[in-house]
Amino acid sequence: MTAALLTVEHLTMRFGGLVAVDDVSFTAIDRQITALIGPNGAGKTTVFNCVTGFYRPRVGRLALRAADGHEFLLERMDGFRIAQQARIARTFQNIRLFPRMSVLENLMVAQHNRLMRASGYTLVGLFGLGVYRRAREAALERARYWLDRVHLLDRADDEAGNLPYGAQRRLEIARAMCTEPVLLCLDEPAAGLNARESSELNELILFIRDAHQIGVLLIEHDMSVVMKISDHIVVLDHGRKLADGNPAAVRSDPSVIRAYLGEEEDEELPAEVARDLGVRS
Amino acid sequence: MAYFLQQLINGLTLGSMFGLIAIGYTMVYGIIGMINFAHGDIFMIGGFIAIIAFMTLGLAGITWMPLALLCILILAMAFTALHGWTVERIAYRPLRGSNRLAPLISAIGMSIFLQNYVQLLQGARNKALPPVIHGSIELMDVDGFTVQLGYLQIVIMLLTVVLMIGLTLLITRTSLGRQQRACEQDMKMASLLGVDVDRTIALTFVMGAGLAAVAGLVWLMYYGVIDFFVGFMAGIKAFTAAVLGGIGSLPGAMLGGILIGLIDTFWAGYFSSDYKDVATFAILVLVLIFRPTGLLGKSDVEKV
Amino acid sequence: MSSTSAAPPPAVMPPATAQPRRAALALIVKDALVIGAIALALAIPLVGFKTVDRGSTTLLETRFGPMLCGVSVIALGRLAFSLINAGYTRTVFTVAATLASAWPLAVILGAAPKGWLPLAWMSWLVALSLALRAAYVVWSERAAAGGNLAPGERMAATVQRLSAFIAPVLIAFAVAMPMLPLADQRWVDLGILVLTYIMLGWGLNVVVGLAGLLDLGYVAFYAVGAYSFAIFAKTFALNFWEALPIAGLLAATFGVLLGFPVLRLRGDYLAIVTLGFGEIVRVVLLNWSDLSNGPKGIGDIPRPSFFGMPFSAAPPAGVTSFHQWFSQHLWEVSFSPIQRAIYLYYIILALALLTNWFTLRIRKLPISLAWEALREDEIACRALGINPTSTKLTAFAIGAMFGGFAGAFFATRQGFISPESFNFMESAIILAIVVLGGMGTQIGVVIAAILLIGGPEWFRDLESYRMLAFGALMVLIMIWRPRGLLAFREPTLRLKPVSAKSP
Repeated sequence: MTAALLTVEHLTMRFGGLVAVDDVSFTAIDRQITALIGPNGAGKTTVFNCVTGFYRPRVGRLALRAADGHEFLLERMDGFRIAQQARIARTFQNIRLFPRMSVLENLMVAQHNRLMRASGYTLVGLFGLGVYRRAREAALERARYWLDRVHLLDRADDEAGNLPYGAQRRLEIARAMCTEPVLLCLDEPAAGLNARESSELNELILFIRDAHQIGVLLIEHDMSVVMKISDHIVVLDHGRKLADGNPAAVRSDPSVIRAYLGEEEDEELPAEVARDLGVRS
Repeated sequence: MAYFLQQLINGLTLGSMFGLIAIGYTMVYGIIGMINFAHGDIFMIGGFIAIIAFMTLGLAGITWMPLALLCILILAMAFTALHGWTVERIAYRPLRGSNRLAPLISAIGMSIFLQNYVQLLQGARNKALPPVIHGSIELMDVDGFTVQLGYLQIVIMLLTVVLMIGLTLLITRTSLGRQQRACEQDMKMASLLGVDVDRTIALTFVMGAGLAAVAGLVWLMYYGVIDFFVGFMAGIKAFTAAVLGGIGSLPGAMLGGILIGLIDTFWAGYFSSDYKDVATFAILVLVLIFRPTGLLGKSDVEKV
Repeated sequence: MSSTSAAPPPAVMPPATAQPRRAALALIVKDALVIGAIALALAIPLVGFKTVDRGSTTLLETRFGPMLCGVSVIALGRLAFSLINAGYTRTVFTVAATLASAWPLAVILGAAPKGWLPLAWMSWLVALSLALRAAYVVWSERAAAGGNLAPGERMAATVQRLSAFIAPVLIAFAVAMPMLPLADQRWVDLGILVLTYIMLGWGLNVVVGLAGLLDLGYVAFYAVGAYSFAIFAKTFALNFWEALPIAGLLAATFGVLLGFPVLRLRGDYLAIVTLGFGEIVRVVLLNWSDLSNGPKGIGDIPRPSFFGMPFSAAPPAGVTSFHQWFSQHLWEVSFSPIQRAIYLYYIILALALLTNWFTLRIRKLPISLAWEALREDEIACRALGINPTSTKLTAFAIGAMFGGFAGAFFATRQGFISPESFNFMESAIILAIVVLGGMGTQIGVVIAAILLIGGPEWFRDLESYRMLAFGALMVLIMIWRPRGLLAFREPTLRLKPVSAKSP
């Protein structure tokens, strides 16, 4: 049983009079895939944004435990420092690549902090010293490695904005991994992907969990992804946590089913939904 | 106390003028999200057209003040509005939708062009107008210091109030106003619903320019002099006013204008006039850093 | 209204049947008349009337003659422009080119009466533009048949690729210039002026072109450099080379102080705030007499000496002056002011080349890529752990430092500085050089500086039109090529060359 990686305690987020997240608590375990699911408007992206530093919650404790045991309190950290120090990487619902830069350049930007240190914060690098050149080679190697993993090696010099949609999604994940995070947060990575692309995505995420031994937190609507790869599912609805457990427990939880489908308990589930949820209809 | 009251009156007058110019900035920013850097120079052009209109009417023999003023007001507003429309058409419309720097640089270029255009055509020296509206009301007399409320000052403030009421009615009650508010909120959707976005934006510029023309006219009458460079500083102050009041908000622009006018006058009155411009800039910087939405603006949450 | 923008020009339509053609022509004429009417309405108040100063009163004169002619030129120009787009390209080209070549001759021969000179120039410009536009249309039709880049882009790409060759040639010319037989004081002074602006342009380029921060108050750093140099050099009796780093350091510090609170602001707001800072600096310099001596400025700024040898005709006892040293060791020369001018020229050339080297090196470093990424999507950068504030501040400080160096040079070259030299117009000119040349390109800044600074110096009598032309050019180039004349982004050239291509 590996340790807790991200601990969310009593997270509450308000926008004016609207309570988007109401006293949500859960734990994401290291080297496991935790999925955050729920109907639209449940507050999943808000939780995400709080964890990754785009919103500052006034109530709640968000603790990330680093490898050496040190705890980062995310609710007190500046957005970019969460990525820089706590090593949490994320992707975005609407894909935020650097469209006019090349694929390779996108991955090099992700390694900016390491390269900056190696270049002596620019001063050393100005004179082309060896330490920077070696760091740059290493960065290129890492970029090549991930391009290979996401099958974009032959498109390395193309403009990122010119890639097809599925490739852009994969590139965004590769870019997040180039920051060498301890927790990878994916915001609807399967949105807009067809069945084959979804299953490739599953492989990629499982590979990330197993080969790189990090935790993954993911928001997803596509149940075929969620049910197949998650170790642990947290269900939100209207800002509150509905259920929290392994896939088997969650899929048979009546309150979850009700939240997705409405009040009529005795209605038959549509075939595809039943199949996805693994419920016999 | 009397001194304070006098500065207050002067400040309100100056503030009204700034407010009229500020409305132009805020309306344009509200609808297309760009700072019309050349707006201050449109105000300057309004002043020049006003002085030329004054002299033309004088030569044509129309000297009865109320009628002459009305004619000049209409002439100045009309011609200045045309200039504003042309500027939008030439320098901004082709750049709609391109990156953020391009329209701003185009606006700066336009501002430089307009300043030099007027300078070349009319000469670099100040143009003077003999006082048109004389006289004032004595409000009080304390220790020999008389607090005076000039008739011109009354006219300026009244004119401003009337224009504000008119503009607010236009924005809230007419179809044009509704279309404008729709474009401000969601331009794509407005155009899909049949609003002629180009025309609405052009009309926004026209309205802003018209108000700037009024400001130019009253500035000319108040200070008795106009020159080709007055738009630069007045423009920056009016923009500060728009930001202070809340960029995108019409009452905010007028409120900001009055505040800046008061600050300007009181600073010069009680401290020194050397650094009063610095005071305005400092306000601009402070507002943008600590409360970028201004006094009456809405808070803007970044959606990720 | 028909197209004027950066969209590719329409292909020429084959001549249709007579009826639609006549209708199309009628539309074109109507359009030109409308434009003429609008131009007339615009022109009446400010062009038709002229306020004239007689002592302290203002009188009114009329200029209806030139006004009507000017409006007609505009209407005709519009007509010709539409005709180009409608396929009458060659006709228009012939007429316009003839007029364009005829006018300057007429002007030179004095055929145009005095008051009509501006009108004559304007007509010539219109004719020239039409001829160029017609040529461009023909060229881009041919180009559209071939490659896939618009001619503007192709030109930019070509110039950039050739810059590897152009640059050494330009540098060689710059180094050799003062030695050339033609070079007299005027040329050397012009060279110094152009090089100063090139250096300023390259400095601002780091801020605007690379980091994408629109700084409208760059002149503030120029001023800080100049004044700190003057004050330190005079107070502590430092020479140029000793005080130069101080000026740069102070300017960079100033840049950090200025930048820290404001760099998080959005583009337009940042522009206005930096404009405000530029003005604040000017007003403070004007009024804080204890520090800056107010409007009287600071004079008697120490001039540079050649390794301790001053450039003067009659040096004090015991001190060898430059021309004496030169005469002893090389060949006999008498004192001449051009000697110091040439020395100054080489100093600014060295400073400018230093700026250039620095920029080229920094483009290969991660910070430069981070600047670009910040320009594209700041939110994504934050998610990657990049600190936006410190990244932007670095650009600001670097730009400020070079501005400071240039300011120090300016002070020592002039010997006298006053707040009047550091106004918004200077910032605008430097910005124009960066923008028009192509934000982010070194060679673009050079070409823009030569054209915008060198050009008007040759045509001295057109001085008053220079700013007018600046403004108009800024608008026109933004409309045609929003990223600058020579802006063209090539990732593989700038980036680590080894792209991950499979072996």
